[in-house]
Parts: sequence; structure tokens; C-alpha cells
Amino acid sequence: MKLHEYQSKTIFSKYGIPIPKGRVAATAHEARQVAEELGGRVVIKSQVLVGGRGKAGGVKLAKDPAEAEQLATQILGMEIKGLPVRKVLVDEASAIEQEIYFAITNDRAAKKPVMIASAAGGIDIEEVAAKTPEKIVKMHIDPLLGLREYQARDVAVAIDLPRDYMKDFVKIAMGLWEVYKATDATLAEINPLVITKDKKLVALDGKMMIDDSALFRHPDLNEMRDTDEDAPAEIEARKYGLSFIKLDGNIGCMVNGAGLAMTSMDVIKLFGGEPANFLDVGGGAPADKVAAAMRIILSDPNVKAVLFNIFGGITRCDEVARGILTAMEEVKPKVPMVVRLVGTNAEEGRRLLQNANMITAETLADAARKSVAAAKQGK
Amino acid sequence: MSILVDKNTRLLVQGITGNEGLFHTTQMVAYGTNVVGGITPGKGGEWVLDGKIPVFDSVKTARNATDANATIIFVPARFAPDAMFEAADAGIPLIICITEGVAVQDMMRVRNYLDQKKVRLIGPNCPGLLTPGEAKVGIIPGDIAIPGNVGVVSRSGTLTYEVLYAMKLLNMGASTCVGIGGDPVNGTNFLDVLEMFEHDPKTEKVIMIGEIGGNEEEKAAEYIASKMTKPVAAFIAGQTAPPGKRMGHAGAIIEGGAGTAADKVKALEAAGVKVAKHPEEIPTLL
Repeated sequence: MKLHEYQSKTIFSKYGIPIPKGRVAATAHEARQVAEELGGRVVIKSQVLVGGRGKAGGVKLAKDPAEAEQLATQILGMEIKGLPVRKVLVDEASAIEQEIYFAITNDRAAKKPVMIASAAGGIDIEEVAAKTPEKIVKMHIDPLLGLREYQARDVAVAIDLPRDYMKDFVKIAMGLWEVYKATDATLAEINPLVITKDKKLVALDGKMMIDDSALFRHPDLNEMRDTDEDAPAEIEARKYGLSFIKLDGNIGCMVNGAGLAMTSMDVIKLFGGEPANFLDVGGGAPADKVAAAMRIILSDPNVKAVLFNIFGGITRCDEVARGILTAMEEVKPKVPMVVRLVGTNAEEGRRLLQNANMITAETLADAARKSVAAAKQGK
Repeated sequence: MSILVDKNTRLLVQGITGNEGLFHTTQMVAYGTNVVGGITPGKGGEWVLDGKIPVFDSVKTARNATDANATIIFVPARFAPDAMFEAADAGIPLIICITEGVAVQDMMRVRNYLDQKKVRLIGPNCPGLLTPGEAKVGIIPGDIAIPGNVGVVSRSGTLTYEVLYAMKLLNMGASTCVGIGGDPVNGTNFLDVLEMFEHDPKTEKVIMIGEIGGNEEEKAAEYIASKMTKPVAAFIAGQTAPPGKRMGHAGAIIEGGAGTAADKVKALEAAGVKVAKHPEEIPTLL
């Protein structure tokens, strides 16, 4: 789960990381009020969960409250990479001397958290990483021991941080480590961490991603979830504990297991079709979950055929068959459906679906071929 | 011979009185696996499976009473890290964790601790191990595989069943099937298992089932090219997955353009591995 800049920075601030004065606003009028409170120049920053906001015109500098209101009006009406801007952050403007990149994230290959820093921070950090990797400093953290202060000092030296800022930098690094740990972050990033003209280190921008598997111990963070970037069907699927991603093709897929679901999509493509979605009904899927999955798949008007590929293990094929029957009664699908059931209670499942007017298949390749043919006829 | 588990495995089940734990213990015992005890804190002294299997309060007491040499974990995700620490501290050398959805930071702590203790972990978020005809330690349906000389290693669950089933239809048997799980931070990886298969006299060929995300398949390819003498066939799931989208498995996410299916296929083919276009084709490549 991604957090907005304003949410991330609020968390940073709780752990002693200095952030600019400012507040989030949902209307232009509110933005003006914040600007008045802050006095002086302010930055109006769109709050959307995509990168490249500045380059898309979603970050603007205002010299006074009137201009802040005018720019906020403009930005609040924008869409950035397809996402509507619903909030802006109004921050006091900083005079910047240097931009630093600083983050803590997971290094899956090393099985350890890693601290990443660069003296060349800012909006082009990805280009810096690609073209001049020597400018990026990485240091692993022992997850059992936690970040040690000497490691933060070593990183400061490695990025040539002016020595006057060493102490503050170590404080910020330790703070970010606490943020990362306390929130089960998969990414806690400050970019840029700036040295201001009045000689302070400030986290000007922040980005956080939280491990979805850890949300059970962070109900407060779960409430911060912004679902704007998810398709409505994806939000609906989450309610039922289904793993669903909408795609652009016309063959709906319902499969148990993520690996097999991806494979079913691959095989559809191999035989000349295009999958309309990824959907993993999970292990041991009960009938009502299967019915929900089917409703979600059929709510996509592009779907011209549906492929069910179920390899029963924990999941029982007869349960899945019952779910399919329930959903068919409810939604009365008009598109052809191809079903393949193998494994636990497959025979009983097939018997249940005998009169359901479905196309049956023995193997995955056979099922994919038949669904591709059915989708072509349905056009 | 086979790898990791066989007739001599003395298995404990952590979470044995839960729904999943009890169901799969019944299946494992029916298959012939030697389940010597189970653990559910607070239920020590009880018995399950009609009085055949004793329940203990802790792994340590269970190990002392049974001399177990492996444990399988079926407890919910929020308790799984503690279960793994407990098993390691009780001196169990092999831990299989079936549980799905363990938090990544928990797994990093577990993995680093287990490495220090030299404890082997399979999973989490995996279907476990199957040495056909000898032992089933996990949730792989026992009847879809027959004994043979093909080692199978996979990051996926049901996709593994698909491949075992396709093998069986061709009368091809497995020495051991290892489901290493799809999480970003797990225990045993492809490379470890390939090494074990290379040294296992019973294994003559290997099937490897990977998926998008991470770089374990690429590392495996390097090992195959430089050290492996046995033939390997492979399949990579997620060729059509859109980048940046999480496909259910925490592991199946393409990070910054790395770990694509195309990269993995290329690395494996360069190492002399035959890569199948669909899972049913894999056994025909060996």
C-alpha cells in the first residue's frame, strides 16, 4: 500500500525528522487559508500516488495567498497519469542549497533492509542511478541488530555530506529507520532531503510503501489507504479476499493459485488470445467467494468468454462448481464458458456442471484453445 | 535416497489442532508420513487422530519426547514468525512453513536468525515437500505424483501440481518435489535445491518452475551453466504479466524492470536449459 506525501511526512515528523511547515488542503479556499497562516512563499503540491508530479505540472510555487488559491484551483482540477488530484499539500517554500536522496527499503536478494543515499538527489535520481551508479551509496542493515549510528555516519561520509550536518543526518537516519520498522514499510524514502540556505536539513518530500501482509498490526495505516488508483472491480475483489487485476483482453480467467493464474494467462496468449484479468481465488475457495469472483469477471463488458482453471488441492472442485452454479443463476451470463477441473473432488464437480451448458476441457492447453475460439466467435 | 524428506523423517506439526493443521496431518499420515507429534500451546496432553498423535505445548517438549527431526508450520501468518523462531531454538534442523502472508520484515528477521543457527527453512507460502512413495510434508495432493528420478523445484503451488500431474500422465515419476514458495524473502532457494539434486544419486533430471520477480532464476542459471551435470527443463510463469502489478504472490512483482519472464528465459536458455512454452510441455522436454 502506498502512502501520500503528506501522510508520509506526518509520520516522519513524529519520529523527529524535520519537515517543512504546511498542511494538506482539499479546496482552493483552504489552500489560501494555509498560505495565509504560513505567510511568504508557498509550494502547492498535488497529492497523487504516482511519480513525476512536478514534471506533469502538479507542483507550483506561489508568491502570496491569492496566487496560492489560484494555483490550487488549477491543480485540484488536474488529472495526473489518469489519477484525479483530490488534495494539495501547501508547504512553506524552502531555499535549497543541495538535494540529497535518502531511503530505507528491502533488499530481497540480500534478505536484509538496505539504506540508500546519494548526494545527487532530486527528481532525476532514477537517471542518476542508471547512468552514474557510483553516485549511489548502499549499506545493508542487520534486521536483528537494527541500524547502528556508525553506519549512518559512514553513509554521510560516503556521500560527502558537509561535516557540519553529520549529527543532524545521523538523527534523521535513525528516525527513518524507526519509521521503517514501526510501520512495516517496504519503502521509506526522503527525496529530496535538502540542505537549506539557512543551514538546515529538511525532508522536503517523502514517499512510503507499507507491506500489505503487515497491515493487521497497523489499523491506523490501513485507514489511510487511497483507492483512487484501483479499478472499482479491484476494490470489490479486495472485499472478498480475491486477488484480482484488470487487464485489457477479452477472456476472463478464474484460477486457483497465483502461479497457475499467471500461467493460464500466458497459455491463453500463446494460443492467440488476450486475458481480460488476473484472478486468483485462493486456496480452499468456498462457493460464495467463487460466485463473487464470477460476478467481478462478468462485470467487465469486454469479456467475450470465461476460462475456469481449477487444480484442486486444498480447493475442492465440487465447492467451486457450486459457486459457479450460484453465480450463473444470479448473473445469467451470455458469454461462453470453458471449464477445466482437476484434482480433489473433480468428478463430483464435473457432474454438478453437466447441465450448466459449459464447454469442458481436459488439459490447460485444451482449455486455453477452446476459450480463445469461443471469444473469437463471440465478437 | 531423495532430498530433504524420506521414510526416516520424524515430523512435528505446529498448529496441529487448527482446521488446516488437522486436515493436512490426516492426509500426511494417510500417505505414510511419520508424524510423531504436534504442537498447540495450551493443548499439551491431548491426542489427535483417534489417539495416535500426541499434542505438546511447545516445540521443545515435543522434540524431547519424540526426537523429531523436522517440523511443519500451519499457524496463521501473525504467529508464524514466532513458530519459526521457536522451532529453531528447540534445535529442529528442518522447518517447513506453509503459512501464506507472513510480513516481509518478520521474514527478514527470521531468515537472518535461522542462518546463524544453520537451520534449513522451506517456505513460507509454499506447498511443502513430497518424496513420492515415502513422505509427504505439506499440502501437495499425494495421488498426483509417482516415484521416479526427476527432481522438481518450484516457486508456485498449484502450478507445481499441474506439472506433477502432466508428468504422471506420461508415466514420469519424481524423486522429490520441493515447493520453495513465492515470497520475496524466504528460506531455501532454487540454487540450494539444484545443488541438492545434483548430489542426489536418485535424481537424474530436474524440472524447475519459476516465475517473474527477483533474480533467483538468474542465479540458478549461473549454477546450472557452471556446475550442473544433470539435464534441466524449466517453465517461467508470468510472461504476460504487466510490469509493476502485483500478481497475488508477493514475489511475483517486477521491480524496476528487472526479473521479467523474458530475462529469466534468456538466462536459462543460455545455460542450456530447455524452457517450455506451457506447463504441460515441460515433461516432454526431458
